[in-house]
Amino acid sequence: MSKDNQILEEFTSKEYEHGWSVDMEVDEAPPGLNEEIIKWISAKKEEPQWLLDWRLKAFKTWSEMTEPEWANVTYPKIDLQALRYYSAPKKSKKPKSLDEIDPELLQIYERLGISLNEQKKLQGIAVDAVLDSVSVGTTFKETLSKLGIIFCSFSEAVKEHPELVKQYLGSVVPMTDNYYAALNSAVFSDGSFCFIPAGVRCPMELSTYFRINAANTGQFERTLIVAEDSSYVSYLEGCTAPQRDENQLHAAVVEIYAAKNAEVKYSTVQNWFPGDKNGKGGIYNFVTKRGICAGDNSKISWTQVETGSAVTWKYPSCILKGDNSVGEFYSVAVTNNYQQADTGTKMIHIGKNTKSRIVSKGISAGKSQNSYRGQVQVMKRATNARNFSQCDSLLMGDRCGAHTFPYIDIQNSSAKVEHEATTSKIGEDQLFYCNQRGISTEDAVALIVNGYAKEVLNQLPMEFAVEAQKLLALTLEGSVG
Amino acid sequence: MLSIKNLHASIEGTPILRGINLEVKPGEVHAIMGPNGSGKSTLASVLAGREEYEVTEGSVNFLGKDLLDLAPEDRAREGVFLAFQYPVEIPGVSSTNFLRTAVNQVREYRGLEPLDAVKFLSEMKEKMKLVEIDQKLLSRALNEGFSGGEKKRNEIFQMAMLEPKLAILDETDSGLDIDALRVVSNGVNKLKSNENATIVVTHYQRLLDYIVPDYVHVLYKGRIVKSGTKELALELEEKGYDWIKEEVDAAV
Ligand SMILES: Nc1ncnc2c1ncn2[C@@H]1O[C@H](COP(=O)(O)OP(=O)(O)OP(=O)(O)O)[C@@H](O)[C@H]1O
Ligand SMILES: [Mg+2]
Repeated sequence: MSKDNQILEEFTSKEYEHGWSVDMEVDEAPPGLNEEIIKWISAKKEEPQWLLDWRLKAFKTWSEMTEPEWANVTYPKIDLQALRYYSAPKKSKKPKSLDEIDPELLQIYERLGISLNEQKKLQGIAVDAVLDSVSVGTTFKETLSKLGIIFCSFSEAVKEHPELVKQYLGSVVPMTDNYYAALNSAVFSDGSFCFIPAGVRCPMELSTYFRINAANTGQFERTLIVAEDSSYVSYLEGCTAPQRDENQLHAAVVEIYAAKNAEVKYSTVQNWFPGDKNGKGGIYNFVTKRGICAGDNSKISWTQVETGSAVTWKYPSCILKGDNSVGEFYSVAVTNNYQQADTGTKMIHIGKNTKSRIVSKGISAGKSQNSYRGQVQVMKRATNARNFSQCDSLLMGDRCGAHTFPYIDIQNSSAKVEHEATTSKIGEDQLFYCNQRGISTEDAVALIVNGYAKEVLNQLPMEFAVEAQKLLALTLEGSVG
Repeated sequence: MLSIKNLHASIEGTPILRGINLEVKPGEVHAIMGPNGSGKSTLASVLAGREEYEVTEGSVNFLGKDLLDLAPEDRAREGVFLAFQYPVEIPGVSSTNFLRTAVNQVREYRGLEPLDAVKFLSEMKEKMKLVEIDQKLLSRALNEGFSGGEKKRNEIFQMAMLEPKLAILDETDSGLDIDALRVVSNGVNKLKSNENATIVVTHYQRLLDYIVPDYVHVLYKGRIVKSGTKELALELEEKGYDWIKEEVDAAV
């Protein structure tokens, strides 16, 4: 057996660190999915009629759709009627400050290493924490509101800024877009809303930690980010979920709207429970993320570090409508054991001189399957469109798989599209070299993997990059002896 | 300090080392020469703990410990350093970051506090002077796109940082230009003390003008077939290996 294979053999399942759940009284919907449930959710959330109508329309659309099967993933069919579509921690009134937040909730975040307190403030991060379905606390709101920035839970936005929500909801990801987006539109529970007014540069990273807590609860987050003319925001999303035996569904929708000269950076570190080393349990992560560079010279940049979930289906995309607009996608996806990831991006060039850049780094270990699926589309009007794609795969052992599915569709002959792809293995030579300098094999793997993913990690804000590096190391920990 | 007794090693069933005996004492410099394919790099790899090689017979004692019993990283932490004949590239990992990880893991093993960023950098500055290595090189990814000579110089820089007790330099001179050879050799000499020892593997007498060996050994077909002082290297330079090969092959 070669050393590489031996490394693979010894690839262990370090038990998932965030695997526990707190018993908490929950306010939840009965299982099942039908119009009554949707009405129940909407009423629970005290929503206006227009939103209920919107949900019902989405439900109708969804009912006529079938589950997509084109992705390179296999999993048992999910019984959507067995899931609960709403679960909120019980509380008597809305918290006004952190002191009023259920200490048990705070404890969960503490255990996740997230503190809503001074620490984060010192780091200049405003955190809007989402536990299951309800947003539990928002810091920094005041500083932000002085600048006219709105950063709140989605439900709150529906109440406080209905005109904005109505204007933009579904404008980037229409409810008809795909099966999971339609489902999300019908039953979304909560999420974050972010609005940056014209000319404002958001002075801090906006951050949301998502977390799945109750068993058998599909999580349907809805995030909407609107950046008006010449504004700037960097948004961070991180998630962890406690260990469960049953598979849990996560079908989020994120929409970004960037007006003229606006720039939005969206960073994700995702480590939902991946299932155990035998492939039992784990999150199904079927997410629709899309941004539109609606105005000229606007820019949207997606950065993701994906280490979790049993099955991932996710293609953060950019519609480059404004002239000279720029779309970027930087991704590191790690799969281990029986994880399956089918992820990538779509860059749709509509405006003139639009540019897109794709950097995808896949890392496969164990018996996992890691696919990159990317689409670059250059429309007729998109004169001088440019795309550069770099898709690299790193294999650890020989029982995992890496696949690349690039789709290119060019309707304007002035377009320049470049695609590069490489596949490599972690070399025995590299490991030995590190060992010979006194570095343990485990740390050597972390070093090599982080080096491989550097171009993507460099895109993340500092604190997040450190966290992501640790996560990569953790995911591959125990992999070698 | 190092005592190799009747060492036999093979790769994929093919015997390469066939009974090596070598004693190295603190403060000594040993040169190992020998024709291509005679097993010099193999000996270095076996001492460093490369797992593809199977030790089939013999023993290696290093500072009172059974070296063959230790994992490669522990051998390094005990003070064995190998300057590779072909250093590998590690994309995306800066030399600085790599070395800091290495130095601190070695320190931890020895029960020392890790060096903080400031101390580490000042240590680096000092050692950089020793081998006249450019700062720019160290901020780049480890060995990635380095020229042949730059890689070799970087190996000796790492040696300076790790301060090994036994350094094995595998053809460090190949690829170095004339000036670099002098600079790098001077660096090695400055690192020499009564407590450490060096094994230099080389094909050329030239290096031994700078790093003067106490002993010269000729390795041929997996055995040390001749040992002598530095004059042996001069003789080899003049006459080549044929006369030794003939001696050995006739004896078989
Ligand atoms: N994987 C392998 N399978 C079979 N033979 C091998 C393998 N690896 C090395 N060898 C052989 O072992 C022998 C010794 O190689 P080694 O690299 O130790 O020689 P060397 O003395 O360092 O030579 P050079 O002076 O060219 O560096 C060579 O004949 C080589 O071909
Ligand atoms: Mg050699």
